[in-house]
Amino acid sequence: MNIVLWICGITLSIAACLAIVRLAKGPSILERVIATDVLLLIISAALCIEMTVNQHANNLVFVLLACLVGFVGSVTVSRFVTDRRNA
Amino acid sequence: MLDTLIDIVAGTFMIVGCLMSLAAGIGMLRFPDLLSRLHAATKPQVLGLFLLLAALGLELRSWAVLPVLVLAWLLQLLTAPVSAHMVGRAGYRTRHLKRETLVADELAAVVEAAEQREEHEIGRDRPRDRTDFID
Repeated sequence: MNIVLWICGITLSIAACLAIVRLAKGPSILERVIATDVLLLIISAALCIEMTVNQHANNLVFVLLACLVGFVGSVTVSRFVTDRRNA
Repeated sequence: MLDTLIDIVAGTFMIVGCLMSLAAGIGMLRFPDLLSRLHAATKPQVLGLFLLLAALGLELRSWAVLPVLVLAWLLQLLTAPVSAHMVGRAGYRTRHLKRETLVADELAAVVEAAEQREEHEIGRDRPRDRTDFID
């Protein structure tokens, strides 16, 4: 299980770095919304792996909350996006 | 024996679930426009989370946490398409897309017809030089 933990940690770290790069570069706010969503998913994936390795279920509430926060955030932001150059 | 087998299955699920996140990160960085990045970003939302929650259920082996795992996955299954739809809709409306990468654009004819009808009814002349946003 230790080897699996190392592989998962490295993989998730690389994925988080890539999402942060897109978050910084992202030409529009919608790209940043997607990148934030991916980052939140990576965090909840890390919570799942920590629970699996240490054999407890204490962080399950945070995984549920991460789903809800990501949903509310991306829907709210994309609702209020407007076309500033053309309108 | 059975414990080792379950551990191996759970470990495989965890690694594949993490690879989904990595695929999303690589896709976020390398894909050319908003809609294809959206496609990459929704990979870990459903299958990745399912694999990780399945690994968690396999390792805990208790029936008490199973409803919470199913609830977490169902919540994600319901909210992921809605938020992706909203982002895609906002992206289409603000023209954050590369039209040459599209195979079919079924919305273009509808938007064109609606604009023509609006011009005909209200008589308002819309600016025609609306350009696409290319990064």
